[in-house]
Amino acid sequence: MPELRTEVLTVNMGPQHPSTHGVLRLVLELDGETVLSIAPTIGYLHTGIEKTAEQKKWQQVIPLVERMDYLSAHSNTLGYVLAVEKLLGTEIPERVTWIRVLLAELQRLNSHLVWLGTHVMDLGAITVMLYTFNERERILNVNELIAGFRMFPSYIRVGGLREDLPAGFHEAVRDILDRLPGQIDMCEGLLTKNAVFTSRTRGVGVLSRADAIAFGLVGPIARGSGVAYDVRKAFPYCGYETFDFDVPMGAAGDVFDRYMVRVDEMRQSIRICRQALERISPKGAHAANDSRVVPPPKDKVYTEMEALIQHFLIFSQGFTVPAGEAYVPVEGPRGEHGCHVISDGGNRPARVKMRSPSLMACQALEKMARGGLLADVVAVIGSSDVIMGDVDR
Amino acid sequence: MAPDFDIPILTTTVDKMAQWARRSSIWPVTLGLACCAIEMMSMAASRYDISRFGAEVFRASPRQADLMIVAGRLSRKMAPAVRRIYDQMPEPKWVISMGACASCGGVFDNYAIVQGCDQVLPVDVFVPGCPPRPEALLYGIISLQRKIDQQKAFGYARS
Repeated sequence: MPELRTEVLTVNMGPQHPSTHGVLRLVLELDGETVLSIAPTIGYLHTGIEKTAEQKKWQQVIPLVERMDYLSAHSNTLGYVLAVEKLLGTEIPERVTWIRVLLAELQRLNSHLVWLGTHVMDLGAITVMLYTFNERERILNVNELIAGFRMFPSYIRVGGLREDLPAGFHEAVRDILDRLPGQIDMCEGLLTKNAVFTSRTRGVGVLSRADAIAFGLVGPIARGSGVAYDVRKAFPYCGYETFDFDVPMGAAGDVFDRYMVRVDEMRQSIRICRQALERISPKGAHAANDSRVVPPPKDKVYTEMEALIQHFLIFSQGFTVPAGEAYVPVEGPRGEHGCHVISDGGNRPARVKMRSPSLMACQALEKMARGGLLADVVAVIGSSDVIMGDVDR
Repeated sequence: MAPDFDIPILTTTVDKMAQWARRSSIWPVTLGLACCAIEMMSMAASRYDISRFGAEVFRASPRQADLMIVAGRLSRKMAPAVRRIYDQMPEPKWVISMGACASCGGVFDNYAIVQGCDQVLPVDVFVPGCPPRPEALLYGIISLQRKIDQQKAFGYARS
């Protein structure tokens, strides 16, 4: 029998590919079905957001940072807003903090629902996506309720919130929280013991604990590999130390463990949401008592000269932030969203830098997928949950 | 002998028939670029259900697709790739520019973003919003269907 000619095949995957979750491009070297190397090419969604932020006033940066990691708008905003408030030295009322926590956790649920639907759709389970997107719509309804916008509500502002909670907020959130655990159980029932799903995920894309630390990974990927790092526990912000919740951990560091970590995280988020909802009174302060950044209430603007001037100043030239720099990490759906803000004392930021978890996840793809099968690359990308808007910014 | 009106007969022109078939099964290519892609997925998912309008078959290969939904901000690095995907689609083909970024650059008036994907693609329908609601995109697709209804099937260049 004549010897077959073999060669290493270089395959380009992306930037337009249904399972690269955006515009990630991978250059794969294949020996048959085995992946010899992966070179991720990023930058296809480079938007220049950090540079654009330097031209905007402090409050105007919020819509920009929301569009970085477009599945965790509230978490991005929270990181930025906390950093600016650290520079300003603003005291935030407790009620505002609890509302922020509640919104950030709903955002985590939202993001994980999208991840669950798309990840398992890549692996062939299309039904789950239809269920998870249905649940996600309910969470988006809450965003619509508070700000009239589905994905990027810009509700969390420097100095507090845009306005007070609308009527019916508590009921709407409670409905979601009552319904969601059953839906998560149902989705899990379709997957966790499914023979096809487990054989596609168990032992696939293994990342050791040491590698996860070496690559600087955070969030569910690191926790799936057994790194007990959660910003909410390690460096509590927004009073997370007063909430009762667990950090789900994996051990094997494979795709299945990362799946389990995220699904358990959704249950923990529901726990936090319930506690936060208990603490939020239907009416109360929605912003700090800081006339530098928070515009006066409308009835005062119409009746008092000083309030009118202050309102005009805030909305025309914006407020100034004392010179200095601040770094605030928050735990987003993908891990540590760190926001580093530098001010030169003006009414615009001198620099806004985001430490995005997806970028680190992107560079670890090679470690996770090398030596595996080509079909498993899709599973690995899905389990790393990279958002290209977060990678390229 | 009385004519038999029970025979199911429909008279139409080949032209109309062809355009009816084309507009009733617009297969989009999966071109999710940024935030709008998530709303595009919402449109395809259970609540909005684009399959009511025959456009639910998202194709990963541009060679099987009729419609390109440019969903999200188009960076300068991505623009040549998008144009190439468009060139790979077989005629007749249509383009929907979804969202403010794809239509005009949106809030990102800077060095990185193409200020409107109509600089590299012939766009049929612009859908405003940042991101547009799924209903808005549905309306965009319905508008495109109306447009296809008015186009000629044969012998004319697509305009």
